[in-house]
Amino acid sequence: MPEKYHIETRPIPPRRPRVGKYGIVDWREDCCRCHNCVKKACIYDRHREETNYIRNLTDVDALFFDCMGCFSCVQDCAKGLLSLSLNPVYENLGNAYWTPEIIRTTWLQAETAKIPVSGAGYKGRFSGPGFDAMWTDMSEIVRPTRDGIHGREYISTSVDIGRKPAFLHFEQGELARPIPALVDLPMPLLIDMMPDQYRLSRLEPAMIKTARKTDLIALVDYRSLPKLARSQLRHVAFYLDQGVKMPDADMLRQTRLVEIADGPDVAERIDAVKQIHPEIVAVVRVALTSDGVERAVKLAEGEVEAIHVVADLQGNEVGAERPRFIKDMIRKIHRDLIENSRRDEVTLIAGGGIALAEHTAKAVICGADLVSINLPLLIGLECHLCRRCEPGGSCPAKLEQVELDYCVGRMTNLIAAWHGQLIEVMGAMGMREIRRLRGDVGRAMFFEDLEEQTFGKLFTSGS
Amino acid sequence: MANCLHLDPSELETLLPENTLKTRVPQYECDRQVRPAPSRFRNEISKYILLRNENCIHCGKCMTVCQHKVHVTYSGYKLFPKGRYHQCIGPSCAKTDHYCVDLCPQRALQIAENPMIKCLGDFRWPADMILATWIMAQTGEVPSADYGYDYECGDSGGGFDRLRFQFPDNPPADIEGEVDTTLELNRRDDGRPRITIDVPWYGGGMSFGSVSNTTQLAKARAAVAWNTFTCTGEGGYMERLRPYDDHVITQVATGLFGVREETIQRVPIVEFKYAQGAKPGLGGHLLGDKNTVSVARMREAVLGISLFSPFPFHSVYSIEDHMKHIDWIKHVNRRALISTKVSTPTDVDMVAVGSYYAGTHIVHIDGGYGGTGAAPDIAKKNIAMPIEYAIPKVHGFLEAEGVRDAVTLIASGGIRNPYDVAKAIALGADGVVIGTAELVALGCVRCSRCESGRGCPRSIATTDPELAPKMDLEWAQQRIINLYHAWRQELIRILRRLGLRSVGELRGRTDLLMHLDFPPDKTEDIQ
Ligand code: SF4
Ligand code: SF4
Ligand code: SF4
Repeated sequence: MPEKYHIETRPIPPRRPRVGKYGIVDWREDCCRCHNCVKKACIYDRHREETNYIRNLTDVDALFFDCMGCFSCVQDCAKGLLSLSLNPVYENLGNAYWTPEIIRTTWLQAETAKIPVSGAGYKGRFSGPGFDAMWTDMSEIVRPTRDGIHGREYISTSVDIGRKPAFLHFEQGELARPIPALVDLPMPLLIDMMPDQYRLSRLEPAMIKTARKTDLIALVDYRSLPKLARSQLRHVAFYLDQGVKMPDADMLRQTRLVEIADGPDVAERIDAVKQIHPEIVAVVRVALTSDGVERAVKLAEGEVEAIHVVADLQGNEVGAERPRFIKDMIRKIHRDLIENSRRDEVTLIAGGGIALAEHTAKAVICGADLVSINLPLLIGLECHLCRRCEPGGSCPAKLEQVELDYCVGRMTNLIAAWHGQLIEVMGAMGMREIRRLRGDVGRAMFFEDLEEQTFGKLFTSGS
Repeated sequence: MANCLHLDPSELETLLPENTLKTRVPQYECDRQVRPAPSRFRNEISKYILLRNENCIHCGKCMTVCQHKVHVTYSGYKLFPKGRYHQCIGPSCAKTDHYCVDLCPQRALQIAENPMIKCLGDFRWPADMILATWIMAQTGEVPSADYGYDYECGDSGGGFDRLRFQFPDNPPADIEGEVDTTLELNRRDDGRPRITIDVPWYGGGMSFGSVSNTTQLAKARAAVAWNTFTCTGEGGYMERLRPYDDHVITQVATGLFGVREETIQRVPIVEFKYAQGAKPGLGGHLLGDKNTVSVARMREAVLGISLFSPFPFHSVYSIEDHMKHIDWIKHVNRRALISTKVSTPTDVDMVAVGSYYAGTHIVHIDGGYGGTGAAPDIAKKNIAMPIEYAIPKVHGFLEAEGVRDAVTLIASGGIRNPYDVAKAIALGADGVVIGTAELVALGCVRCSRCESGRGCPRSIATTDPELAPKMDLEWAQQRIINLYHAWRQELIRILRRLGLRSVGELRGRTDLLMHLDFPPDKTEDIQ
């Protein structure tokens, strides 16, 4: 049994005041100054914290909103002077896809490295667009599961990037062709570059260091390469955009993976890279525009060994009026690859719209080998996704001032929490290996199917 | 007092092992009388508030006209204190002849929606549903239509929330006499006792540890009053529950916390918990903080460590193993019925049929969206299918196997109100198990903090020595008794409107339902 994948974590508290969902409005007027004021009874001690916060306030751009919404003080105040309110800052976090709930849970995971746990059942919608239109399966009576979660058995989340040949060629008892290089990652996650509108120079070193700590790989644009220690190169993959010259040979040889932008000369560029470093695995980055799906399938017919398909930040087809969602595009590519008997010849990495740990599992079920993420790591640093990141802007997370240790700690915590959650869903499914989950749609239930099989069957008249 | 066991005491003697009889304590008795049980909080949350401006001359007119006793005053006080706004029926009062806003000679009053209401509730339990449940727990009746509470459905946009009953325009000739809401739990004809409960639901397993003593006892007493059941959950059998033995289902869960032969022999129903909807495939999990001195003693565990009950049963890897388990319990307790609780994977229908053949009396399917205890968010949202899909699936498969009438199908995981009960039954269940609704009746606001730190800030789901005693047992039991009453009354109204005489007649009647996304006549937009 290989050594168990374990990420070292420690709690990293937020630098900025917490942005909670609720705040307390206090109509102090008419207060009768009870000596046993209900504010003292808040079991989370929020009123005292708020007072302290205001007393020590240095800048006034953030208010204290961290009440847990239990209504106890509100309902017990002798004069009924307290009232809860929704925090407008909370409600305006993110956007329609990156919802306030996603942002808040990401913050908590980046702080604690823990799997979010809560009581009182599920509070959300029945289903929804995108990844919310699928459920993962569980297995009632059979195997590993909790044992795996608590360490007595091993649930493997590792994946390989590269070609897995269907058979080996031998000539006179000797391997006729070398076995293609594979990059082995302990988790189906690639750390992608930050999108342009959020590209903050100080984040790259943190992402690379996080990759090293978590034994993953971070993609780094070769054009804007930060200073790198040699020891870090194992956890870096250069991204070569179109027209970017070949990287420094010495550095390239220290890396395991390289990503090349799709383009007319992509085959030559892969060759050029392999000339320098034959054991490197080359990934082609394909934007999921209207012909992205076809392009990915087409590339797999050639010599390409790994494809990174990237939707927009919301997981949608890029630039389409009625965009397809990443999960459906992955399913299409995966099916087409199987039909063309190319599925194991190529590794499929999917990015764009992967916002929660569950999306990783679901993308894999839909047919990706692994996913790439960027925004969740940024959100982990208390980002609000408000896009006020320009230098001198009014970034509420003050990302211009972050320290490396904080960033690495928070990003690492988030990845650890995702890993824990991946193990939870796999445990429930009775799965020991994430490699076997790829494309196994039998491990999922899709909203459209269940609706049709259940209510469609029952309520469609005349059928 | 009605007894769900159709046994006379002498029969009990022949069935119960001697040691059980010797240790048997007198059983608690309790009637199902509705009594007012107003909120235990000073300021009940209200949907509307009254604004009174400075023109008020304190003439007291509003107090005399209002029939809902919204306005209050205290002798010796000149000004009006905050009223009982939660009893105000809001703008719909304008239609009546006692609308204080119109009758105030100074026009000093104004009704507004309480801005705080936005902070209450969620997609599955919107504020209206919580407030309506509180009214039911307070009064024993569903809120009158005047309140305008939309509590029949939540806002989740799927499942029960998209299903509606198709009530006939002219309900078939008024059904006279009692509508039968009882449910028979043993359909196997295997010589074991028949057990009939008076309402088609019973209380779900909430272990001591996850909820307080008071909560657990209140549930048990309501079960006695309504001649139904409550379940111990997997935290062991509290001594304090023994006066309720005849209305307790004891759980044998994977952790086997506190399970002893003696506890199994006490009860009429034993439930095997394979999985639970909120965390399917993940087993139970009691966070270390909640493993207090008393919990640790009950579970025979070390204080303060997190308690996991493993998943699955490590002695059960097949239906045959499950059967062995059932045989073991049947042997230990010769009168017990067996319930098998599973969650809802794709093959839930196979699991159900397998359980039937293994000898279970009750198949209990627990969908993913319910649950009360702590569970990973990722599991609650994503793992296993919602109960609305699972019920027809299992019901249909049991029918196809020809065994539907030999087993009782119980559904849980998101049953929030009497309409959900009726919908679940119309989809094919015989009855349901409820959990969250009882907690809401006790004042739960669904803040989801039950798991953390000292537990529930509202004294419901906590064993914290300071927090837990804040809730009074008599009050709590009355709230649940009232809730059950309101639910049953409403269920009867639903059945009458559908022209049915019993809950049993409703089972599987999907023809009485419609789904808003599959309108019966597609040319007609019924939304
Ligand atoms: S509502 Fe609850 S958490 Fe919020 S301040 Fe009041 S007592 Fe504390
Ligand atoms: S009726 Fe009008 S003026 Fe008279 S007490 Fe009521 S609010 Fe005041
Ligand atoms: S902690 Fe909140 S959600 Fe849990 S039982 Fe108490 S009030 Fe309800």
